[in-house]
Amino acid sequence: MRTTRALLAAAAAAALMLAACTTDEPADTTAPEETEAAGDPGAEGEEPEEETADGEFFVRADYDRQLAQRDIAPEGDPATPWLQAIEPEYVDTAEFAQDGNTLCFSNASVSNPWRVTGWITMQQQVEVLQQQGLIGEFRVSDAADDDNKQISDIQAFIDAGDCNAIIISPSTTATLTPAVEAACASGVPVIVFDRGVNTDCMVTFIHPIGGYAYGADGAEFLVENLEPGDKVLALRILPGVDVLENRWAAAQEIFADSELEILGDEFTGGDGAEIKNLVTQYLQRGDVDGIWMDAGDGAVAAIEAFEDSGKDYPVMVGEDELSFLRKWQETGMTAVAPVYSNFQWRTPILAATMIWAGEQVPSEWVLPQDEITEADRDDFLERNADMPSLHYAKFGGEDLPGFPSAWQDR
Amino acid sequence: MTVTTQQPPPQRGTGARAADLLARVFGGGSATVFALLIVVFAAIFIVNPSFAEPPSLMAFLKQAAPLMILAIGQYFVIVSGEFDLSVGSLVGAQVVIAAALIDGEDGRTVPVILLMVGFGILVGLVNGLITTLLKVQSFITTLGMMLVLYGAIRLWTGGAPTGALSEAFRQPGRGGIDMSVVRQLPYALLILIGIIVIAVAVMRSSYGRTLMATGDNERAAGFSGVRVWRVRTLAFVISSVAATLAAILIGGYAGVTAQVGQGLEFTAITAVVLGGVVLGGGRGSVVAAMAGALTLEALFVLFNQLSMPSTIRPAVQGVIIIAAVAYAARERARPRHHQEVPTQPATQS
Repeated sequence: MRTTRALLAAAAAAALMLAACTTDEPADTTAPEETEAAGDPGAEGEEPEEETADGEFFVRADYDRQLAQRDIAPEGDPATPWLQAIEPEYVDTAEFAQDGNTLCFSNASVSNPWRVTGWITMQQQVEVLQQQGLIGEFRVSDAADDDNKQISDIQAFIDAGDCNAIIISPSTTATLTPAVEAACASGVPVIVFDRGVNTDCMVTFIHPIGGYAYGADGAEFLVENLEPGDKVLALRILPGVDVLENRWAAAQEIFADSELEILGDEFTGGDGAEIKNLVTQYLQRGDVDGIWMDAGDGAVAAIEAFEDSGKDYPVMVGEDELSFLRKWQETGMTAVAPVYSNFQWRTPILAATMIWAGEQVPSEWVLPQDEITEADRDDFLERNADMPSLHYAKFGGEDLPGFPSAWQDR
Repeated sequence: MTVTTQQPPPQRGTGARAADLLARVFGGGSATVFALLIVVFAAIFIVNPSFAEPPSLMAFLKQAAPLMILAIGQYFVIVSGEFDLSVGSLVGAQVVIAAALIDGEDGRTVPVILLMVGFGILVGLVNGLITTLLKVQSFITTLGMMLVLYGAIRLWTGGAPTGALSEAFRQPGRGGIDMSVVRQLPYALLILIGIIVIAVAVMRSSYGRTLMATGDNERAAGFSGVRVWRVRTLAFVISSVAATLAAILIGGYAGVTAQVGQGLEFTAITAVVLGGVVLGGGRGSVVAAMAGALTLEALFVLFNQLSMPSTIRPAVQGVIIIAAVAYAARERARPRHHQEVPTQPATQS
């Protein structure tokens, strides 16, 4: 009886721990959702991340291309960055020119503030075009981060047969590829944006420059603003997700060529409390001069850890989320906000109307992705003065009629 | 199958009485957790002596307080023979509710906190009544509640938290009284101490004894006049209220993020089990449960101080916990020393 009990207790504890581990660690099932918690999954759709020479998540050709793209002036009017494109190769869309105007959108999810912000912008853009009569019905399905749900959502659009264009924001790259191919095969123009898929059957694939550029923006800033030998702590959401790994791979590449000391890279799950704990503990061990983050969620928690420990502010890499920008302005710390352009949510809608009109669109529509620096920070804060703290500064919807109330009441 | 923490043997010297008191607090298989706690702390101090400085310790207690409060709440449910899996979601929901309703305005802090406590009580009542009156196993009830809360919050906020917490709301979790030696005496620590005192008092009251008896043997308790459903429902309410307090501290500590509260239910249950509280109920002390939470937090700190790669941490953590619980179970199964003194024969299972 007693032995049994001892065994039972141990077994129960083991079971609990297994359960605890699965919740703490990036099990495959939680990965898509967590990825999005990153705020802004990058999109390297064309090639599987695994086939690499330099590391599991590092493709040097992509890295070099993205870093170079940052310095290329995009074509188009800088006042409407969502219509700009970097080195576009235009494709003819005459075959899709039509009068039908039912637009269908399969969304991966709205499970993080970045996606919520973009989704509002998209709806506002649709409203404008509906009033102009360019878009009729706007049909939406939200897959709530579930690949299977999104596959059947897309199939439902195909089966309905009356979508005049299908916009897809894929939940994951590999799994959604066949569904996107099926949509292409139905003869409807397909527009993919944000994360990519392993096919080029769609008319246009819209995305900002990408994860390597994002990671490099922050890492380069730290290298420039810190002295050799200074200590940097890297905070990451979770391992094994390509879109986040690209950011970290780029940062590692840049840190390797510098004389900065990387104290460690820690996984936080994007949880503010976890971030604050970790940073506090590093501060108890010694000085931290710089913080690199693969997504800005929780950047404020990291900064507060310095405040609460009575330490000087670090050189900080955040994101264009307003809570961070405001904290940055308030404290006057040295920081940079890499941007994963949220305004990309407008582009697919406009692309659909262009395709219906038979206008050319870029086959790969690379949108500009410029970080916010101290020079333009106050400008962005002023423009977004009435916006909630979980809003993204580069949402690009200031000229839409619903501004600002649509983004305030969410 | 009897409560091991009852009836101090009469008429003994102060030394024996002190020993007995110690045994009562730390005994019942919970000695392991205190030993582990000391070992972990010693290891941290060796790796990083600066951790022993009062400001560092205060910072540690501030961050550990929410989990300790959750563990105390979870203890009441587990000792009554049930589970509460909804606490993690409840913490998340409460923080999101607070951010949305306060929306940065200091004036709304107190009403919103009252509302949160009310919501916590409601969730506990629903958990408790469904478990006791509808006879749904608590594992299922609270698992359902966890999903309901998670889904409802997503529905309400459109997927991501909105709004902001006020400065006043953040004080209990983040602020403290400035002092010379410790730099800052965290409010969270004071709140924690208050809750510990209340929890110990409750467990020593007749309710606590009834709760323990219910967890030990539901039928026997029922036959002896305990209204089992009421006792257990109250345990669920205590757990939910504790989760609400933890939410106030966590929200205050780190602000709103979409991930807040995730996975906390398992950490809390692990902490309680680590504290030597037996799943299935009827055994263990609330102080030990809390020590379990403290040990877990200390373990996280140790891993950090050792710069252990994040990928092996869960595995090491798992092994340590299994070993500790197995050791405690073995110890519990042996005859107990402090009851070998004459008086009544120690009743054992």
